[in-house]
Amino acid sequence: MRRFTLIAVPYVWLLVLFLVPFIIVFKISLSDTALAIPPYTPTLDFSSGWEGIRNFFAGLDFENFKFLTTDDLYWKAYLSSLQIAAISTVLSLLVGYPIAYGMAQAPDEWRPTLMMLIILPFWTSFLIRVYSWMGILSNEGFLNQFLLWTGIISEPLLILNTNTAVYIGIVYTYLPFMILPIYAALEKLDISLLEAAEDLGCSRLTAFWLITIPLSKQGIIAGCFLVFIPALGEFVIPSLLGGSQTLMIGKVLFEEFFSNRDWPVASAVAVILLLILIIPIVLFQRNEQKQREAEG
Amino acid sequence: MAQTVFAPWLDADEKPLIQFKNVTKRFGDFVAIDNLTQDIYAKEFFALLGPSGCGKTTMMRMLGGFETPTEGQILIAGQDMKGVPPNKRAVNMMFQSYALFPHLSVFENIAFGLKREGKPKPEIEARVEEMLRLTRLTKFAKRKPHQISGGQRQRVALARSLAKAPKLLLLDEPLGALDKKLRQDTQFELMDIQEKTGTTFVIVTHDQEEAMTVASRVAVMDEGEIIQVATPADIYERPNSIYVADFIGDVNILHGHATRADDGYDIAYAEGKAPLHAKTSNDLGASAKCALAIRPEKVSITAKKPAKVTNAIKGKIIDIAYLGNLSTYHVEIEGGHMIKAQTANTTRLERRSFTWEDTVWLSWTDTAAIVLEG
Amino acid sequence: MRRFSWFNATSLTIGFLFLYLPMVILIIYSFNESKLVTVWAGFSTKWYGELFQNQAFLDAAWVTVKVAVLSSTIASVLGTMAAYVLVRGGRFRGRTLFSGMIYAPLVMPEVITGLSLLLLFIGIGLDRGVLTIVLAHTTFSMCYVSVVVSSRLVSFDRSLEEAALDLGCSPFEAFRLVTLPIIAPAVISGWLLAFTLSLDDLVIASFTAGPSSTTLPIKIFSAVRLGVSPEINALSTIMISIVTVGVISASLLSKRALVRQKREERAAEQTAD
Ligand SMILES: Nc1ncnc2c1ncn2[C@@H]1O[C@H](COP(=O)(O)OP(=O)(O)O)[C@@H](O)[C@H]1O
Ligand SMILES: [Mg+2]
Repeated sequence: MRRFTLIAVPYVWLLVLFLVPFIIVFKISLSDTALAIPPYTPTLDFSSGWEGIRNFFAGLDFENFKFLTTDDLYWKAYLSSLQIAAISTVLSLLVGYPIAYGMAQAPDEWRPTLMMLIILPFWTSFLIRVYSWMGILSNEGFLNQFLLWTGIISEPLLILNTNTAVYIGIVYTYLPFMILPIYAALEKLDISLLEAAEDLGCSRLTAFWLITIPLSKQGIIAGCFLVFIPALGEFVIPSLLGGSQTLMIGKVLFEEFFSNRDWPVASAVAVILLLILIIPIVLFQRNEQKQREAEG
Repeated sequence: MAQTVFAPWLDADEKPLIQFKNVTKRFGDFVAIDNLTQDIYAKEFFALLGPSGCGKTTMMRMLGGFETPTEGQILIAGQDMKGVPPNKRAVNMMFQSYALFPHLSVFENIAFGLKREGKPKPEIEARVEEMLRLTRLTKFAKRKPHQISGGQRQRVALARSLAKAPKLLLLDEPLGALDKKLRQDTQFELMDIQEKTGTTFVIVTHDQEEAMTVASRVAVMDEGEIIQVATPADIYERPNSIYVADFIGDVNILHGHATRADDGYDIAYAEGKAPLHAKTSNDLGASAKCALAIRPEKVSITAKKPAKVTNAIKGKIIDIAYLGNLSTYHVEIEGGHMIKAQTANTTRLERRSFTWEDTVWLSWTDTAAIVLEG
Repeated sequence: MRRFSWFNATSLTIGFLFLYLPMVILIIYSFNESKLVTVWAGFSTKWYGELFQNQAFLDAAWVTVKVAVLSSTIASVLGTMAAYVLVRGGRFRGRTLFSGMIYAPLVMPEVITGLSLLLLFIGIGLDRGVLTIVLAHTTFSMCYVSVVVSSRLVSFDRSLEEAALDLGCSPFEAFRLVTLPIIAPAVISGWLLAFTLSLDDLVIASFTAGPSSTTLPIKIFSAVRLGVSPEINALSTIMISIVTVGVISASLLSKRALVRQKREERAAEQTAD
């Protein structure tokens, strides 16, 4: 009996507050917009019995999805989200790998401190970390003032409200997600493997290419997914750092819902975003599985 | 046909392959190798033997190019190795941990060094096949290192370091992870390979039996210094110090005072006892403190005092260790010393003539014991 | 002994400058006299004063803390139960769905979670307010808690529980007397994680908050949407300081505990000799 309670309480909670809401999203994505409260139709009407349920199902269709394909705003937004997430992921890898490598090579007594310095930003507000770049990247911002002062540029650079600012924001906020799995992989790397490679005729650099990179592959893959997946649906960063021309699907969904009050279309946007996300999520799971098997 | 004895170190014209010249290696304040000078010759099977932490791995790593000497010079084939990185040395190392690349197959591991040389593909393949045959791994070529057994991994590591046909192969405790049976098989395999390929081997081990089995010469080390270098037989029969005598095999040490007598020394080991006599060419000076080292198997054990024996001591059996083929008797002699005597068990156990508390006589010839400074 | 190579020292320095410089600049400018946030006009703490005069911010902060405490506490209980079910629960009908529902929220875009919960609350006619935010935050936080706790549960020796059962405990007593004390540190980190996530959340709160229950992130977001504001700089500085002090003291405490444990182990070994 106790076991039943133990299972049932979290189970029911998740069913009601996680699964059911999804079914509702899915259902509303098949409904039509209406000027009513709630602003969609049909609604399920149990009072008229079978008839009500049949009417309900008859009222559902794929019109919203068709609409998404006709208005190029949406597919452009999906494509541009994918592109921004992909570029940011590559940039994070380029920035994060040397840091993870440096941490893994650091003297033992330094490691806990370095680790804490990487994790500390996790605990500070995401919103504030994104916001901190607004003051740096704006036209009169810290970066432009600095560059003008050094004389590298004579005109302030336009960075805030462009995609560049979005890349910087994503790399900055998600960098720990990239560093930690790579660090975990590099830390396990046995130094004698590199020595063996050198012994067999590799230079330092070729040993890095042939041994270090392949053996940290799992960490690289995990880190890339951990950045790519949340970046794809990101809302805060494009809203604060991006410009009007920055198209990201999270922002589109938010505006569709709050500004246009078009709930069915917003739901359809959400359903498609989920479908797109399933691919990287499944690949990520596979990678984790493989890693566990390799270790186990 | 009489075989010529392989002993290039006795030949003054022979050029050594490796020369350590006053090499010192310090880690911070810690002296890992202390002013060491040693020659090793081509085609030798040179064993470094010593307790853990005495600097064996450090010597190997300096040869491989992974550590640089703090002072002194290392020459390989007459060339100073200073500043030569590991990938530019005709030396290969077999790592204590094997260091097999986990993401590459057995075949690719063995081919790794050959590919770096940019050899044509068919040539690489032929060489790898040859190595696989030599180490009897052909069946496992496609497996990854975690899919084969410990013994097979060790052979992959060996094949990988042999593939480039190095002038010099360094083996750092190569057989440490293997069980006894597999270890003995592999030791013979190693000697076989060495004979076939003519490579010079330097092997590190802390297993004295292994060193005795495989080596042409054994160097016994302690705290960064080489104490003695000699053939296995010499190390065993003619150790130059208590340390070496004690380190290799089992030994009884009796401390005493030596006085010259005939062609050797008389050693007084206890108050009011007849001195022991040992023949030796060693010169301790006229009269000195010394130690007498006697191997247990050279001590005979009898019920009555044997006639016509130089050295005989009475004692009481305290303990008997039965080892199957041998038995070791722990005998307390008058004065409280414990002496071990070993006999071969040629008769069955129940017909053994001595038992606990028996009074017995221990005896040995005047050439059985070695007089050492002490 | 390993030392920093030139390359590693450089990459670490640049990396950590990148991670910390923006926050340092933010903190410095929070003490700027000028309203123009980009021009330095002398040291002042006036924005802190104005912040504490601003009733709307104080109200929002209060709502945020309330939500965070409630949701992280409920999430810790539910998350620990879920972890226990996943690791020790054995097989039951619907287990795959259950573990799927635990892991899915971790990778779900916040906009989707927020949207779906809002549609649920409207569907069942629940008025938006503190309650709805707490429900929403609890749902995703419990998944994080359960991941943290289950990793601890996996690593600890099952035979401890079996020994307790063997000595006469009921399963519940075994959980209370043996399992819970051992996983307590994980539950606490889970709680802290849930608390931080709740404090931090903008998107889900935007969907599920009502007009009378604005949280601090919502307030901050609407204030900075149009540009940098010195009051927000001051607020950020306070929040960053609290977190920094918290994280550093937590890591010092755990380091001290580790050192003490090592010392005690060594002492125990010596007395045993
Ligand atoms: N990189 C190093 N830094 C500091 N001390 C070292 C280093 N490498 C070896 N040592 C020390 O040098 C001594 C000899 O080590 P080693 O050559 O590995 O001994 P072994 O004979 O067991 O192979 C040991 O006391 C070891 O602690
Ligand atoms: Mg060693």
